[in-house]
Amino acid sequence: MRRLAAPLAALALILAIAAPTLACGGLIGPNGAVNLLRTTTLAGYHDGVEHYVTAFEFAGGGGAFGSITPLPGIPSSVVRGGDWTLQRLVRETNPPSPEALSFAAGAAEDRAVVLQQVRIDALDITILKGGGAEIGVWAKEHGFSLPPDAPEVLDFYAARSPIFMAASFDADAAAERGQAIGDGTPVHLTIPTHNPWVPLRILALGKTAGETVQADVYLLTDDRPALLPAPGSKLADGGLKLAHNEAASGELLADLRSDKGMEWVPAAAWLTKIEIDAAATSLRFDLAIDASGAGRPSVRDAGFAPFGPLPAPPSWNLLWVMLVAFSLGVPIGGGWLLVNATRNGGGGRPLAG
Amino acid sequence: MRDLRMRSAVLILLLLAGLAAGCTGITSPRRVEIHIHYSHFDPSELTVAHGVAVTFVLINEDPIDHEWLIGDAAFHERHRTGTEAHHGARPNEMSVPARSSVETTLTFAQPGTLQYICHLPGHEAYGMVGTLTIT
Repeated sequence: MRRLAAPLAALALILAIAAPTLACGGLIGPNGAVNLLRTTTLAGYHDGVEHYVTAFEFAGGGGAFGSITPLPGIPSSVVRGGDWTLQRLVRETNPPSPEALSFAAGAAEDRAVVLQQVRIDALDITILKGGGAEIGVWAKEHGFSLPPDAPEVLDFYAARSPIFMAASFDADAAAERGQAIGDGTPVHLTIPTHNPWVPLRILALGKTAGETVQADVYLLTDDRPALLPAPGSKLADGGLKLAHNEAASGELLADLRSDKGMEWVPAAAWLTKIEIDAAATSLRFDLAIDASGAGRPSVRDAGFAPFGPLPAPPSWNLLWVMLVAFSLGVPIGGGWLLVNATRNGGGGRPLAG
Repeated sequence: MRDLRMRSAVLILLLLAGLAAGCTGITSPRRVEIHIHYSHFDPSELTVAHGVAVTFVLINEDPIDHEWLIGDAAFHERHRTGTEAHHGARPNEMSVPARSSVETTLTFAQPGTLQYICHLPGHEAYGMVGTLTIT
């Protein structure tokens, strides 16, 4: 509909909702009595800015626990999120039953750098910058026990974007605040970035062979987004399914826009829902999104390309020198050959035939 | 002339055999480095001679703690259900903190096969298992 829109006007709204069986991800608290009921994450993209919303639900117990989320850039702000954005998106593609509707009516060197720390309700949010090892050491020093696959997974993300969000949930504080089991604490991050991507591999952190990852990812873009891996493709290994793919309704967009901090939601957008149901061992990629309209999602953002610094582009000076040398070399060399051939032809043996 | 050729051939064969023995680790090392990276032992297969004191240098490159416990099947079965949070008092049971290295020296009295495993939760299932052959 707006194919010629400027890339920066593109908007992508991404919502990853963990199914009840989904572990929250990166960090596992030392107190096994506390369970994270589910983690809900929303990242919106508009005018080159990603809006990331995560909600943690209190599942009871005591102590501290948390999760870690790789981010595509450094947040410019971390605030409490709106109250109904996540639920409204879920309702858009998963209409509740009539019964539900009636109920609803009722570190030193080699250390991670701490960029921001924000307390939201019983949740401590820390934005970190560092390599995989530095993030791991920070987590260890802050009382978390990382699973054995964490070193490799943290490196996987840090090579692309060394920014992480560590969320520590103080269940004792939540209980003192009177938070009931199932109450969520939404967090809204604003992240300037060129293109959003959804971290999927982190969802398999700590899971063993035989376990699965189930999640829903919502995208809201100006136009139909280009994704890598494409749902249903061989690259997705059967783990991604396109469940919804049509223009977002005006009612949905208006509802989202009316929530706290969601004024950036535009007047029109395309809504896509991707269901993730993958074996933990096969989920070794992320979801790259091209929200620019160019139709070229990044192989690197999907985790398929080799990481590390990109090779430096060839020097223009060197290219000019090579071009000049080639341009001069052809006529000079040709002239020299011609002169030699003429000389040889004059004084040499006559050609046969 | 023929004797000289025969002697040369035998000499070359002996040299090749010696080289092959060196390559396959038949000679017993006195000091062995075991790196721990991405929660795996490297090398995961070792051969040493019995009756020789061997110093194992355990280098943990990961940002998480690991263990290196070496013993027979019964030993590992006990540790799978053990509750010790830290090891170090016994030379065949070593804790290796994140991004650090520790050393331990062991002498194996008789030939056989042992395994070295990290028994922290989930680590063995993830593949932190190695085999030591004692000749």
